[in-house]
Amino acid sequence: MTLKSASCATRGLCLRTMTELDQSCSVLREYGSEQSLLSKPDGSSTFVQGDTSILAGVYGPAEVKVSKEIYDRATVEVLIQPKMGLPGVRERTREQCVRETCKAALLLTLHPRSSVTVILQVIHDDGSLLSCCLNAACMALMDAGLPMSHLFCSVTCAISKEGQIIIDPTARQEKECRALLTFAIESVECNVLMSSTTGSFSVQELQQCIAISQKASEQIFQFYRDSVKRRYSKIK
Amino acid sequence: MAAGFKTAEPLEYHRSFLKENCRSDGRELGEFRPTTLNISSISTADGSALVKIGNTTVICGIKAELTMPPSDAPNKGYMVPNVDLPPLCSSKFRPGPPGEQAQAASQFIADVIESSDLINMEELCIEKSKLCWVLYCDIMCLDYDGNLLDACIIVLLAALKNAQLSEVTINKETDLAEVDIQKKKPLKINRLPVGSSFAVFDDSIIIVDPTAEEESLSTALLTVVTDEEDRLCAVHKPGGTSLSGEKLQHCINRAITRNKEISKLVGKVIESTKTAK
Repeated sequence: MTLKSASCATRGLCLRTMTELDQSCSVLREYGSEQSLLSKPDGSSTFVQGDTSILAGVYGPAEVKVSKEIYDRATVEVLIQPKMGLPGVRERTREQCVRETCKAALLLTLHPRSSVTVILQVIHDDGSLLSCCLNAACMALMDAGLPMSHLFCSVTCAISKEGQIIIDPTARQEKECRALLTFAIESVECNVLMSSTTGSFSVQELQQCIAISQKASEQIFQFYRDSVKRRYSKIK
Repeated sequence: MAAGFKTAEPLEYHRSFLKENCRSDGRELGEFRPTTLNISSISTADGSALVKIGNTTVICGIKAELTMPPSDAPNKGYMVPNVDLPPLCSSKFRPGPPGEQAQAASQFIADVIESSDLINMEELCIEKSKLCWVLYCDIMCLDYDGNLLDACIIVLLAALKNAQLSEVTINKETDLAEVDIQKKKPLKINRLPVGSSFAVFDDSIIIVDPTAEEESLSTALLTVVTDEEDRLCAVHKPGGTSLSGEKLQHCINRAITRNKEISKLVGKVIESTKTAK
């Protein structure tokens, strides 16, 4: 990217989303993002959801090790560094989810025999960690200018013991809930790209959570559009 | 000639079958490979099982050891699942520390155990804050031909049903644990979680129980774990192309039927060993 604009921050407003189901509580926490804050990575961003904060850096398209190269497309690598300690088994599953989602969104065949590396650093974890990682990754990929076929965003739903569906839960709500579902939604047709769940739930609860996540994802996509518009309107 | 086409253009080769609504090994799109189950395969383990789904062979051994309960849950025992993908099972895996697929599978099994409430962890506790059972569940793949997660869940379930724990009493005077190897008790299994894996081809065609070849050519993978009450324990779709609501519902329905088939199989095998004794 030839544009070296100053880092731009945009803050999303906390909006109440009403759905047809009156027993669910759908309020996204206040979210915000900042892009181009690091000088070395090709793209970087932070994404903040309530108190959860993730810093993402993207390097790509760059050189790839011969053992990892694929002849007709780019190789995507994702590294998630936890706040404390070394990455463990839990980080591996999250990395797999983020990597497969990025692979579906990026146009990898435009850069054969190259690598795209996404590094995510957990600054603070207060619930909805995987969602925040995916949103930060998407903002960083946009900042790096990598060609994508669609954007993606992620929403976490928690089903409390009473059956209430809470969106974008805090760490305390996650601990007390019966089930936790994370979905990644794509921007073109709002279909589910990625799904990661813990806890047990019924089929109807799954459908409700998907519907609520799709509704909430519209807000996040509008936020992506606004932040990009605001950023490029400053360029003369 | 077909073998040459398969090597040169594997995707086109599989597409030509999918166009006719069948697959290269002759199965229907919604058909699982024949599943065979064998329990008590490992005599030195407290519980063991071996499952074959087509060519995919997975074995599980359960060892129960005594330890102190964790400080944040003093009245519960715990389970430590570990999935190992040795270089034996496929040329994809190199020797050394567990790769990403093995670690992700281990985490997935740990999540399924917790989500499905498979066994009451309180039952594994012998004396609060002092002594509890820890079950080391080692799942090893001997032959990797796709659909690893389903096989791991079935083999773990069968091994747990087969496991026998010795009776432990705490001697009040010496405060030491006394293990009575002659008296053995089976574990109480609350739920029967069974997984069904699907692969998505070209964003539209969904096939059930993919082989290793079909997995590598697919655009998305999905695993749905249901229990015997038709509740979902896990909907695991690590990225890939998007899936619409009706296709997801179709997969869930197929997973529910598969649960009934596998529950019957596991029940039959456990019954047969009981009558054999």
